[in-house]
Amino acid sequence: MNVTLIDYGAGNVPSVQRALRRLGAQVESTNLPEKMASAHCLVLPGVGHCAALIAALDAHSLRQPLIEAIGRGVAFLGICLGLQALYESSEEAPNLPGLGLLPGRVTRLPEHVKLPHMGWNTLKTVRSTRLLDSVPSDAYFYFAHSFAAPAAGPESAAVSEHGREFIAVLEKDNICAVQFHPEKSGPAGAQVLGNFLRAAA
Amino acid sequence: MSLARRIIPCLDTDGARVVKGVHFEGMRDAGDPAELAARYNAEGADELIVLDIAAARDNRPTFLETIRRVAEQLAIPLTAGGGIQTLEAARAVVRAGADKITVNTAAVERPELLGELSAEFGAQAVVLAIDAKREAGDWQVRIRGGRQATLLNAREWAQRGVQLGAGEILLTSVDRDGTQSGFDTELTAAISKALSVPVIASGGAKVPAHFLEVFTSGAADAALAASIFHDKLQSIRALKEFLKGKGVEVRLPC
Repeated sequence: MNVTLIDYGAGNVPSVQRALRRLGAQVESTNLPEKMASAHCLVLPGVGHCAALIAALDAHSLRQPLIEAIGRGVAFLGICLGLQALYESSEEAPNLPGLGLLPGRVTRLPEHVKLPHMGWNTLKTVRSTRLLDSVPSDAYFYFAHSFAAPAAGPESAAVSEHGREFIAVLEKDNICAVQFHPEKSGPAGAQVLGNFLRAAA
Repeated sequence: MSLARRIIPCLDTDGARVVKGVHFEGMRDAGDPAELAARYNAEGADELIVLDIAAARDNRPTFLETIRRVAEQLAIPLTAGGGIQTLEAARAVVRAGADKITVNTAAVERPELLGELSAEFGAQAVVLAIDAKREAGDWQVRIRGGRQATLLNAREWAQRGVQLGAGEILLTSVDRDGTQSGFDTELTAAISKALSVPVIASGGAKVPAHFLEVFTSGAADAALAASIFHDKLQSIRALKEFLKGKGVEVRLPC
């Protein structure tokens, strides 16, 4: 399985690369727009500030090639900010449009809970998804974020909760994304990444 | 669905080897960092912290090769620190495989560092380590591995650190560190309840009841220990099973 890992300088690129390689994938890290068109399978990692991700995609002229590649059906996995970037906009980066592949706005989690939402949390499955095949229903995943997608939407496959419910796993046609960090979520996270690779194959 | 309390083993290293000591002094060898990391990853640790406690003393960069070797073993988050004084140094540590960076003395001496790190990596990647010592009914911040007093109040410094960009506080009781007499739950609760970010309690852990106490009356979001895990006095799985039996939400390894 050949995976094109979009490397715009995000902190978790090395660990995502390591996790995919452990599963037997051939991983090419790149920030070149022309690589989007030839990709068979795209992974957009991310951690930190949403504006940094969106600005980096634009700085490397990756926005249009990425949208076009997803539009023609390339298997796509977004991780953390890579999920949030799929929406139209984010409260964290109000002046930068998201990729707009999903309708709606990413908003900050409520103030009455500790933020960032940092640590291991469980999921509630909304509908079946290939990403969670063979994953125990009580499995924990590692989250590290303060902003999140809405709780509901046809793309939602599983939600988690911290102050409010939010989409933790989404799947819409060839678009897959997770709010947690599968590369940091032990065996359960490896299962999710493996499921994505199998679905993309 | 709710957030599990985290158990975090800590590897204090001299750069290459894991070391341990009481009250930050009298160091002795406690093993190879990568071997210990692999063990804790398999045993169900929720996270790992690696500190290069000799970098500042020896005035050399943080030992990147150790971070790389440790990161290679992990499928859980890694926090690294020790001697990080600049954004450039932090970038190198993140590129070596750390998910979060922790700063202590450097942040006290130049608080803007927290904002620089947060702007680049996000608040969730910035862990402000505070060494606190009881002084006249309150807690005072100490720096340089606990050896040097400051005029900072621990709670006020923690609050300021969060405003500046820290997304988590690693709170060590200098009084309890290395004593195995239990966490300072009073200190932990005072800081944790005053903050909007997670707090990792550190210093003094020995038996499972200490962890239960710091998660309940101490209001800790995570608890750190070193030698009881290194010396196999306490298995992480047994600790988590004990906590779960007492109604504390923890992630039990498969």
